[in-house]
Amino acid sequence: MREFLDMGGYAAYVWPSYVVTIGVIVVNVIWARRSLARARQLVRRRAAGEAS
Amino acid sequence: MAWTWFHRLASPPYVYGVAGRLSPWFAWPAVLLILGGLYGGLVLAPPDYQQGDGFRIIYVHAPSAWMSLMVYTTMAGAAAIGLVWRMKVAHAAAAACAPIGASFTFAALVTGALWGEPMWGTYWQWDPRLTSELILFFLYLGYMGLRAGIEDPQRADRASALLAVVGVINVPIIHYSVTWWNSLHQAPSVMRLGKPSISLTMLLPLLAMLLGFTLLFIALLLVRLRAEVLLRERSSSWTREALLT
Repeated sequence: MREFLDMGGYAAYVWPSYVVTIGVIVVNVIWARRSLARARQLVRRRAAGEAS
Repeated sequence: MAWTWFHRLASPPYVYGVAGRLSPWFAWPAVLLILGGLYGGLVLAPPDYQQGDGFRIIYVHAPSAWMSLMVYTTMAGAAAIGLVWRMKVAHAAAAACAPIGASFTFAALVTGALWGEPMWGTYWQWDPRLTSELILFFLYLGYMGLRAGIEDPQRADRASALLAVVGVINVPIIHYSVTWWNSLHQAPSVMRLGKPSISLTMLLPLLAMLLGFTLLFIALLLVRLRAEVLLRERSSSWTREALLT
C-alpha cells in the first residue's frame, strides 16, 4: 500500500493529476444536474405565478 | 420523408423528452468504464520502462485532452447547424457544450503541467502544443463570455456561434502541432494509424478512459441540453405540461 501511494517517487505529480481530473468530472455532474433543476424550478414558478 | 428525423430534432419538446430518456444509457456505462479505467491505469498497468509510475498521468491527461478537442468540434458543428438552418435546439446544444469543454481543457492543461515538470523539467513552456491548447481554453471562455454579455438571446446565439465556427481552425492546429513544429510534447502513440506503440495492459485502461469520457460527455450534454431547452421555452405551454406529468 505504501509503495502504491508512493508511485515510484512520482506521488507529488500523479495524485494531484488524478484529483484534478476526477474533481472536474464530479463538478461537471453537479453543474449539469443543478442547471436542469434550476430550469425546472423556473418553469414551475412561472406556471404557479400565472395560476394565482 | 428522409428528413423527418432532422425536423423532429428541431422540435424542443421532442428533444427534451428524448434527451431525458437517453442520458442514463450513456451515464452509467461511462461511470463503469471510468472506474475500470482508473483501476487498470493505477493498479494493473505495469510501470513504464522510462517514466516509471509517472507515466500513469496519461490515463487522466490524454482523455481530458481528447475531451477538450472533441467537445469543441461538437460545439462548432452544432453552432454551424444553428447558423445555417437557424435551428434553436442546435444553438442550445452548442451553449451546453462550452462549460464542459472549458473544464476538461483546464484538466488537460493542469495534468499536462504536472506531467511536464518531472519529465521535461518544467511545468510550462511556450511550446506549439501547449500554447494552442491554452488558446483553446480562452476560446471556450470567450464563447461563454460573449453569450453572457449579449442580452438578446438570438443575437447571443449568432455572435457566439460565429466565434465557435471561426475558432475551430485551432483544433487541427492543436492536433498536428506536434508533427508540424518541433515540440517538447511527444507525438501521438495511440491515435495514430496502424498499430499503437504501447502494450495491451497499458493500452486497454486508456481506451476504457477515452470511451468513458466520451460517453460521459454525451450524458452531460443531454442533461445540459434539457436545461437549455427548458429555459429558452419557459413561456411555451409544453414546458409546463412536461413538468406536471
